[in-house]
Order: sequence, then structure tokens, then C-alpha cells
Amino acid sequence: MDLTVREYQEGWESEIKSKLESQFSGKLTVTKTETRRVYAQVDRSVSKAVCQYLHDELSFEHCATVIGVDLGEAEQKMQVVYHIDNYTLYKGVVVELTVDVPYDDLHIETVSDIWGGANWHERETWELFGIVFDNHPRLERLLTPDTYEFFPFRKSYKLRGSQ
Amino acid sequence: MTDEKNTQIPDAQAIAEGAEVTKQMVEDYKANAIDMDKMWITMGPQHPFSHGLWTLKICADGEIVTDADPIVGYLHRGWEKEVENRTYPKIIPMADRLCYAASMTYTHLYCMTCEKALGIDIPEKTKYIRIVADEINRLQSHLMWMAAVGTDLGNYTAFLWCSREREYWMDMNVRLCGARSTTNYPRIGGVRNDVFDIDCDLPNEEDHSRFMRDLIRCCDHFDKALWDIIYLIDNNSTFVSRMVGNGIITREQCANLGITGPAARGTGVDYDARRDDPYDNYDKVDFDVPVIKTGDSYSRYMVRVEEMFQSTRIIRQAVQKIKALGRNAPYRLKVPANIPAGRTFCKLEDPRGESMMYLVSDGTDRPYRLKVRSPIFVNVSSSKALLEGCRIADVPVIMAMIDMCLGETDR
Repeated sequence: MDLTVREYQEGWESEIKSKLESQFSGKLTVTKTETRRVYAQVDRSVSKAVCQYLHDELSFEHCATVIGVDLGEAEQKMQVVYHIDNYTLYKGVVVELTVDVPYDDLHIETVSDIWGGANWHERETWELFGIVFDNHPRLERLLTPDTYEFFPFRKSYKLRGSQ
Repeated sequence: MTDEKNTQIPDAQAIAEGAEVTKQMVEDYKANAIDMDKMWITMGPQHPFSHGLWTLKICADGEIVTDADPIVGYLHRGWEKEVENRTYPKIIPMADRLCYAASMTYTHLYCMTCEKALGIDIPEKTKYIRIVADEINRLQSHLMWMAAVGTDLGNYTAFLWCSREREYWMDMNVRLCGARSTTNYPRIGGVRNDVFDIDCDLPNEEDHSRFMRDLIRCCDHFDKALWDIIYLIDNNSTFVSRMVGNGIITREQCANLGITGPAARGTGVDYDARRDDPYDNYDKVDFDVPVIKTGDSYSRYMVRVEEMFQSTRIIRQAVQKIKALGRNAPYRLKVPANIPAGRTFCKLEDPRGESMMYLVSDGTDRPYRLKVRSPIFVNVSSSKALLEGCRIADVPVIMAMIDMCLGETDR
């Protein structure tokens, strides 16, 4: 990992875009770039490899969030969204990775061995959405009681008074 | 009369067997004894050091902490699910409740996310007003933290002095928006009220910027008063010796574990979202980002102290800019009730670290999904790395440097 600190320059986003797309051609699409932001749609089979590449080759040291999104019955899938920050080589750049996870196979590889900070985010996403992070060291309930047998943030779980 | 058994000399084989048994016994004893020395101690949920409802389980080998397991969730309200049921403006007061010590930053973040999703640019003056409001909140949050550190470390005078200084900033908050902690001040597209004309009905033009005059006075007073508190703490060898050299983690560990904010800058991570990923008008004000590479509790304390000086510096500049823009500059825009379908994320430098919101909108007047990234949620998950190898008596000091806030941790 190269930890040389560089100040922001224009064109970093397209540099990261071309590096990611050439490394994972066909499995990764950069959907949008903005100043200091790169948005990418990633195939589930390479999600871990992309994270490893970002960490090892591009010095993305910090995983800010792992987010679950339930797209509902119509789409029959959920999504896991990662936000990954850089402190050194591409200082201030955030890469957003979106990974689709179908309803009938809610599994995705954990990244908590790459970034320790992802550990609790993955636990939280599992307990609230039921997305299983394979090889996670400790997939236990964190915020809700251990007796819960449902996943409260899924769209199928309706709140009182909801429309 | 002598006992034959006692006088009998055992043969060599018996001695060897006996020695083997004894050796085995000693080894068994040692193995068991070490296990028996280790003990899980539960600190919390009601504990003087915890500053809110959470539990820290530590595994102690004698006096040394070998493992830690924080347990949170006592305050979990399902915030992210609750907001899916509410229209966008109704979420603003809920965002206040995420963090009671610095509510403005979360409301600011929420409004900023909605504005970005709407694709609107808010008026210049509003950006500076939000900077002022944020920095007031940063100051009062840091002072509250400092007061808590005072009580944690047995320095009650520090608690009283910090609370006293905090009241000045609280008064500024009250004058700005009418509330002490849950401020409900930013709006999508601006702020609730202008900083001119606050509690003023006088015809004299000068009086219309009374609030800003008092804000500058507050800064002047605080810059001196903070030195008093620093002398009080740093000249006290007991206080300093409890902070120096404990809770050490390396810069790489810190970045990997996701620790952000003053705790990270006290470990050598040179990153502040206000400078490196600027939002609103933070790129137009001049300030320094304190970074200390030592990585112990004392460096985290020093970073926060220096940040307070920088905050007053930012407030002074922002006030000048607001005055230059004048009374008649707009401070709020009218915005549509529905946010177009899409995904937006925004991040902001909270007093405690990097907070982030991720909004999935579907074109209606309610969010489809709104995720909050709380800095303390991640910082507290790294307790094991921070506490490993320290003494039980150092646990309150090390955990105090995270600046616990349960409202945002549990959401």
C-alpha cells in the first residue's frame, strides 16, 4: 500500500475509473463520477476482489459504511452499498460500490478482514435486513434484542400508520 | 520408636514417577490458574464512565485488560425505519434527536443531503450561517466532552469551568434558534431565521447585528477562558499522567478500524472533511487542522483543545462574511416537497468524527431509505484495539477520549 499523501487534483476520478474498469472489465461499471466521487455498480462475484484491489493497490484505507437497501417485492433484490475513503494517495476521494443481492440468495462475502471498521456495519446490515455476510467473524445481533426472529428494516415489515 | 515407613528411602524409579506427577500437577495448576485469573467484568449500562446507556465488557487478567466487548443498542429506536414514514420536512426535528450534544451538525447534514438530491444551490449567506451554527455546536460539544473528562479523571473544577464556558455558547444557541440543545434550525434550502434582527426592534442600523456582535465578544472571552482551563488541566501532573501513554494505537490501525474525527487526528490521520472534502463554504474560510502523531489519550485531548481555538477562528471569519453580504441577502429558498428519484450521499465533519447520510429517494415526498453513518458507532467498535493491554483504571480515560454519544450510536 502506497501511503504518499497527495493533494487533490482534477482527473483523479477518471484515473480511478479507468483503473477499476480495466482491472474488472465486464464485472464492474462506473456509473457516474463527480468531484471526489466515483460511483460504481459491481457484480457480486467480484465484490470482495474489488475491495481488496482498492485497499491494496489504490490505498483506500477506510471503509466508511456498509449499507443495506431493500428494493422490495417488485425488484426481488436487495443491495449492499459500500463507501470507501482515501486518506493518502487519492486524498478525499470516496468510492461508492453498489452490489446487487437477489432475494433467493442473500449472501455476500465479508470485507471485515480487509477493513476492521466494516465489522459492525455488516453485523448491523445482517440484523436489520437479513443479508448474510459469508465468513464474517461474528454475525450476531447488535442493536435489536437477541429474541428477534425478523428483520425490521425490510420493506415487507410495515410500520403502523405507514402508507 | 521410629516409623519404618518414614525412614524408608524410596527407590530411584519411585522418585522419578513422583517428580513426573508433581510436574504434571504444577502444569495443570498453572493452566487452570491462568484461566481463573481471567475474568469478564461488566461496566455499565449504568456506570459513571459510560455517559449514556451502554455496556462495556472487559476481560481482565489481573489488572491488565486482554479483551473488550462493547454492547450497544439500549437506545435503538429504529430511526432509519421511522423516517421512511415521514415527509422530508418532518424529519428535520428527528435529525436533531440523533445527537443531543451537537444536534446542529446532523440537521445540517440531513438538509445538505436533501439539497444535493434536489440539485439546488443554497444562498451564500446561508452557508456561512450554517458554518457559524456548526462551530457553535462543535464548541459546546467539545466543552461538554471536556467537562465529562474532568469528572472521569477526578478533576471536578474542570467540570465546573467547562460547564460555565459552555453556557455562553448555549446562550448563543438560544438566541440564534430559541433552543438549547435540540435546535431544529436548518431547513431544506436554508435556515429558519436570519442572523440579523435577532431579539431586536430598534431603529438603529447597528443594532440589527447585535447577535453577531455578541458572538464575537463570546469568541474573545472564550479564547482567554480556554487558556484557564488548559492551565488547570495541563499543569496538573495527576491529570496528565493518567492520559499520557495509554490507549495507544497506530495510524494504520486507526484508519483500518474506521476511527474518525479528533480521535483519528490524534493518531496521525491527516484528514478533516472540512478541508479535504469541503462542503458549504468551508473552503472559503481559513483554518488549520491539528494533527498529532503520538496516538495516545493525551494527543486526542490536545487535538480537541486545538480544534476549539480553530472554531472561534472560523466563527470570526464567517461573521465577517455574513456582515459583508448584508441584511438583504436571501437566507432561505423555497423548495419542492418531492425529491426526484435517485441516490445521494453527503458527509460532514461532526465534532466526533465523520458522519454521513445516504438517501435513496423515489420521487415521492418521503424517503425510500435514509441511512445514517454515525462516527461513534464505529469508534466504539474498536474498543478492543484501544483497551488491549491497558489497566482497568485506565479504561474510563481511554473511553472518554471517544466522546460517547448514544443517540447517534444506536439510532
